[in-house]
This record gives sequence, structure tokens and C-alpha cells, in this order.
Amino acid sequence: MLGSGILKGLGVTAKNFAGSYHDPARMVTQEYPDTPVKLPEAYRNFPFLVTENATDPMGTLRCVACQICEKECPPQCIYIEKSKDKKPDATGKPQLYPAVFAIDTAVCMSCQLCVEVCPFDAIKMDQIFEVAATNRFAGLLLNREQLAKPNSYFHQLHPTDAAEVDGRLGAERKAAEEKARAAAAAKAAAPKPAAPAVTPAPKPAAGGPTP
Amino acid sequence: METLEQIRDRLLARFPAAKVELLANPGTAAEHSLLLDPVSAPEIARFLRDDPALRLDYCSNVTGVDWPEKEITDTVKKSVPDPAGGPAKVVEEKTKRLQPGCLEAVYHLYSMALKHGPVIVRLRTGNRTDQVTLPSLTPVWRAADFQEREIFDLYGIVFSGHPDLRRILMWDEFKDHPMRKDYVSPDDFEWEPTPHGDVHERAKAHYPPADGPAAAAAQEGPKP
Amino acid sequence: MSCSDQSGLDAELSAFGRPGGPTVRPVHDQFHGDLLEVSMGPQHPSTHGVFRMVVTLDGEQIVKLKPVFGYLHRNHEKIAENTSYLGSMPYTDRLDYLCSMSTNWAYALAVEKLSGQAVPDRAQYLRIIMAELTRLVNHSCLVGFLFNDLGTSFTPLLYAFREREKILDLFESLSGSRMMCNYQRFGGCRVDPSPEWLAAAQALVDGFPRFLDEYETMLTGNEIMLARTQGVGRLDPAHAVNAGITGPVLRASGVGYDLRKVDGYGFYPRFDFRVPVGEAGDTYDRYMMRILEMRESVKILQQAFRDLPAGPVMDPKAKLRGFRPKAGEAYGRLEGPKGELGFYLISDGSPNPWRYRVRPPSLINLTLLEEMCLGHTIADAVVILGSIDIVLGEVDR
Repeated sequence: MLGSGILKGLGVTAKNFAGSYHDPARMVTQEYPDTPVKLPEAYRNFPFLVTENATDPMGTLRCVACQICEKECPPQCIYIEKSKDKKPDATGKPQLYPAVFAIDTAVCMSCQLCVEVCPFDAIKMDQIFEVAATNRFAGLLLNREQLAKPNSYFHQLHPTDAAEVDGRLGAERKAAEEKARAAAAAKAAAPKPAAPAVTPAPKPAAGGPTP
Repeated sequence: METLEQIRDRLLARFPAAKVELLANPGTAAEHSLLLDPVSAPEIARFLRDDPALRLDYCSNVTGVDWPEKEITDTVKKSVPDPAGGPAKVVEEKTKRLQPGCLEAVYHLYSMALKHGPVIVRLRTGNRTDQVTLPSLTPVWRAADFQEREIFDLYGIVFSGHPDLRRILMWDEFKDHPMRKDYVSPDDFEWEPTPHGDVHERAKAHYPPADGPAAAAAQEGPKP
Repeated sequence: MSCSDQSGLDAELSAFGRPGGPTVRPVHDQFHGDLLEVSMGPQHPSTHGVFRMVVTLDGEQIVKLKPVFGYLHRNHEKIAENTSYLGSMPYTDRLDYLCSMSTNWAYALAVEKLSGQAVPDRAQYLRIIMAELTRLVNHSCLVGFLFNDLGTSFTPLLYAFREREKILDLFESLSGSRMMCNYQRFGGCRVDPSPEWLAAAQALVDGFPRFLDEYETMLTGNEIMLARTQGVGRLDPAHAVNAGITGPVLRASGVGYDLRKVDGYGFYPRFDFRVPVGEAGDTYDRYMMRILEMRESVKILQQAFRDLPAGPVMDPKAKLRGFRPKAGEAYGRLEGPKGELGFYLISDGSPNPWRYRVRPPSLINLTLLEEMCLGHTIADAVVILGSIDIVLGEVDR
């Protein structure tokens, strides 16, 4: 019969139309912003800098201003200036820190290469997308204070990633501590070198490398 | 499919006046190519397309490459006899020569009929300034139509015999050829105070900063 | 004329350049008295992006058609000459923005060919899974937009998009982004999917044939659709081969050339699937190609999920930073959803490529747009353009 194809098509449309009132598979609209949006853990939009704690963000940035992310960023949207002095990091080792760390989110394409190449797990992907600003240039240029967010926030966004990073960094820190403790113990146990006037052959110090 | 050496030998036998050179590809992919001279290229192309053993009826990709002129230093170790009668000294003589630049069109040819390939064919221009004409292979493979137009637009190679040679990606009144290595992009576009780019520095020279203290502060960048 | 006999083509093809034949002259040429020149685009809902067709009409019939593009030219090839190899990977997402996973794979394939990088087995299977899911995404988009062009505003499109959203959600939970996935690396894939992800993907693939059946019930037998697409935009196979057309457009004309079978890249030779080939080369055949290819993709996906081996997803010797392939060149190509997508790279040993070239299937497939549209009405031109499947990001780069 001529028109049977059209009628079959109309039947499909009718089924979908009626089904959209009761069948969840056919009502797919999420009424945002009334319905809160649920993002998957891997979702990425704009980076942020991880700080160890929230009370002293600038003092506990993991970033050591090595500028690797700046070099690898394809659209070159990261701008870093190293500090002149060194501050102790979470393991107590004095490290440089970024005096200026700015990301131009108007240019950033959230490609995540900066996160992949960072050797210190200092920069991670945020999930912010409601970022309308009133100024096209200054409003979208995020500086260090705006980018720094605490590790607890990182745990909230990416629980598995944060757990893995914490585990790894914790293990590294423990290993570094153990090494430092062993070296200090060995140095303390070394006999003091004798004064040259008393003994002809001074005993060599048996200490390990200075931590 | 026969090897590239066999193809070259057959071409030289068939077209004695042609210059066909096998260029080895040093990398791991080992995709060697044949360098053809521009005069005999169209008839060689037709032969490659219609020859029953090759039947390269599918021109997959036409690329333009810019090779700017390079200064090459040749170091020659010469043994100079000592006039005083002692042992001969070994002296390094460095001569500089200028390898002329050229523009190049690379054609990747496959066969849909016999399902083999690729055979890579290259054509080089005389230099980068006034001898920039190459024969168009569009009459042989229509696939080269848009791609040769793109090479003309972005590199400046003039393809003689192309049915409709005009710019394709840039607008018609555009001057210069953007993909060349010595292309300088223009300054006069709307600049935005992003952290990077000497391009933006040059562009700043064209436009005065926006008024107001907030804008001036924004231009200075974030304070540490 | 069979597609294998090309010698008679020259007379036909040269007519395209001679005055008197269907000419490809610039259109700011003399204005013919009773012909109307219409510029369709670049802002036009049916031109699939910023694409312009300058059409010369005799009443409603097309006498001459010139495609004009370059409105989305973003200089990708020049940017790549100043960026490292890895840094160009996010930019390849944005070439054919609907199929970022397979564009990523094409680029990774070319670089791995250039540097001789090996890829572990699990990554090869994952790449095939992502590529076939991308094929489902792209073909759903295409049939949806084709029906949009036919005038059924949005109902078939949104039905197709309902399925596409599920696949995009999968991509989002795996790679972090729905369309700009940035997932492939030189030597494997960036992220290993979790068992939950694989289960969700399997469930989706199991439910896909039902969606296709419902879609076909709605549309394939529709008399209006048949009247508007059958016999419209015929593409002669010999012309198609000579013009470098690839992908479903070529196969609809009867030429069975699919790179998954011809080149056998990746682990495709291990999979059992057929390549649909059409007969008439008209718009209806091009539409049916996409539907049949979606069914074949489902088959490939089922086999891939069944055979996915355990193991690493990145080759341990692969380098992320400081990647410098040896000097040389390579052309890596694969069967993207739109046709043959190739990357031609020339390396001079430095971290940035010397020449980086994208062989865009959408651009080459537009070569014969005029030939396909001549003699048809302007409404058919929209439908023919829709069936070729172009994405301007790829045409203009």
C-alpha cells in the first residue's frame, strides 16, 4: 500500500511520544539547572594547583616552578615566574616556588597535557564550567591565588586519582624520611676523628651522605 | 607490487628523456620516493595511472613542502707538509656552500583496482622566488584539484595546466603564502592581553590600551 | 565504464577545464542574463558548518556550483610545525570534531610509523573499540543531519542523538571530555577503562541494533524519503576513484575499497566483518551505507569486547616528553568514518615536525560536489551535501 512506510514511521513516533510520559528510556531530558548535573570523575575542565592544606595555601603549594607544564602546554596559556628564594616543601627540602603562576582560561583548551607531564602532581584538572566573568581579559586570567585549591578538594573531585597520588607521595616521603634517618643514625654512630697530635693515623668518619 | 627500483627502471626505459631519481627515506617507515623532473612528470603520471601492472588510479594525498636554502659547511681534512721538514700537519678546511631552496609537491599514489601502494612521487621547483612553476597533475587525477589549489594558496607553487587555479583557504585578495617557513604573520589584528606571545607585543604597538585603571592593571598582568 | 578503466576518463575530465563544458571558472565572471546566482552560506543551517556554495540557477535547476570554504581555516598545519608532536594531539581532536578518537588514532598511527614505536595488544583492541564507537557516533550524526536537511526538522536527529549521547557519556567517563578526547598517545592509549566502563559499553552495544531497527522502521521505507533520495546525486564510480573519493561515499558507488580490509592496520585483520558496497551511488545508497556500516561496527565491537586481552595500555618504552623521532617521513592513514584520513609527517630529528599535513577526507570528497548536483534542484543540493558528510573543521583545518 502506498504510504505504508510513512504510517510505520508515524507509529514509531507515536510510540516515542507516548513513551516519553512513562518510560525512562524515552525521556532523556535533564532539566538543568534545576536538576543538578552529575559529572563523571574523569571529567576535566581547566586546571588548578594543589596545595597540601587549606590553611596556608601559598605556603604549601606542591608546585616547584619547574616550568615543564609551561613548555608542554600547546596553546602556551601558562605563565610562570620562579621565586628568588627557597621555601621548605612538605618533606622539608628547600624548593623554589612560583612567584607568579597564571593560566589564561580564555586560551586553555583543557587538554590535560600539563597534568600528564607534571613530575610533582602539583597541577590537576578541575571540573569548573560555570565560569562566566564580567571582564573578557582580566576576568579569565586566573592567578596563583585563584588557582590554588586544597588537596581535600582534589579528593572530592577525583577520589581514585587523589588516593593514588597520596599513596605514592606518602610512600616517597616515607622512603625519603627513612633514608634521612638512616644517614643521621650512621653519622651519629661514626667515631669522632682523633686529634692529629695524639694519634698518628686518624680514623676515617663512617658517615653516609649528608641529608 | 614491484619495488621502487623496478618502477624507476621501467620509467627510465619507457621515457628515456626523463630524469627519475630514487630518494631514500632515512626513517623507520622506509617510504622511499621517486623524484621526477617537471617536464616529463605529466606523461609519467599518466603512465603510472594506466600501466596494467601498477594501475595507480588513486591519488591519495598531495602535499606541499618548503625547503628554505641552507648553509652547509663542508669540512675537509687536509694533510699539509711542514716546510721545516717535520711531520705533516692535519689541517681542517671548512668551506661554506649555499644549498638552494626549493618548493616541493609530494604525491602519494595508491591503486584501488589492484589494492596496492603507496608509490610516492615528488616534484621540485627550481627555486623559491621566480621559478615556482610545476605541471599540474589534475588532468591525470582529479583528486589533486583542491589539494594543488591549496598548495598554490599556501606555498605559492603555480601549477600550469590546472583548470581553476586560485586561492582556496585564504581569501582571494590575500598576499603572500602562509605556510612558507619565512612567512611573517601580520600585526594588525585585535590583540588581547594574554600572558604570552611576542606577536601580541607587536600587535600592542598598533592599538592604544583601553581606558581606565582596571584595564591598565590588567595589562600589567597579575601581581605576585 | 567500469571503474578500473581510466583511460577514457581523460576526455571526460578535460571537459571540466574547457569553456563550453561544465566549467569551473571563478564565479565573479560575467553575469548570465536569465540565470540566478545564489550564495548558499556561509551562515546557513543546512551547510554543516561555515561552508559556502555559489550556485548558478536556471529557475530551480543547478547549472553551476562552486564550493567556497576556508572560513574555518585555523592554521593547524603551521601551528603543528611550532608545537611538539605530543602538543599537536589535542589539536587533532579539533579537526574532525565529531570523531576525535579516530583522528587521534590516525595521528598516533603516523607518528608510530615514523618512529617505529610499538603498541601493546590491549591498546590495539581499545583503539579499535574507540574507533568503532566513533563510527557509530559519526554515522548517527550523519543520518540525523541528513534527515534534518530533508526537512524533518529534528525528530530523527534527536532520536539519533539520544543514542549518540550514551556513547558521548562513555567517552566522557573514560577520557574526560565528550568530544575533545585527546585519548591516544604514541605507544598506546592514555587511560585504561575500568571494568564498569567496559560493562556499560557492552550494554550499549548490545542495545544498539534495537535502536537501528527502530530507526529504520521509521525512516528507511518512508516514501517521501525514497522519492527525494533515490536517483539524486549519482556518483559515477570511475569518476569517484579518479577524484580520490573515499569512505562510504565511494562504497555507495560500487567500489569496495575499505582501508580496514586493504591496509589491515591495527588488529583489524583479526576481526570478522563485511564491508557494505552500494549499487547506484545516489543519496539513498549513501544513507544505507551508513546504516549498514553501523550494523557492522556493532559486530566488530562485540568481537572486540569478547577478545580484549589484559595487559598494559602504554608501551613501557614510550616517551611522553622529549620525543624526537629520527629524520625521515611517514604517511599513516586509516579508515575514518568519513573516508581515508591520513597524516603525512616529515621529521628532521627535532622535537617539532618539519612538515605536518592532514589528508582531510571531507575536503577531497567535495571535489565532485558540482558533478553530483548538476541538473538537480537546489533543494537536492542540500541533501547531496548532507550525504557526503563534511565537517568544516577537517575541510579547512
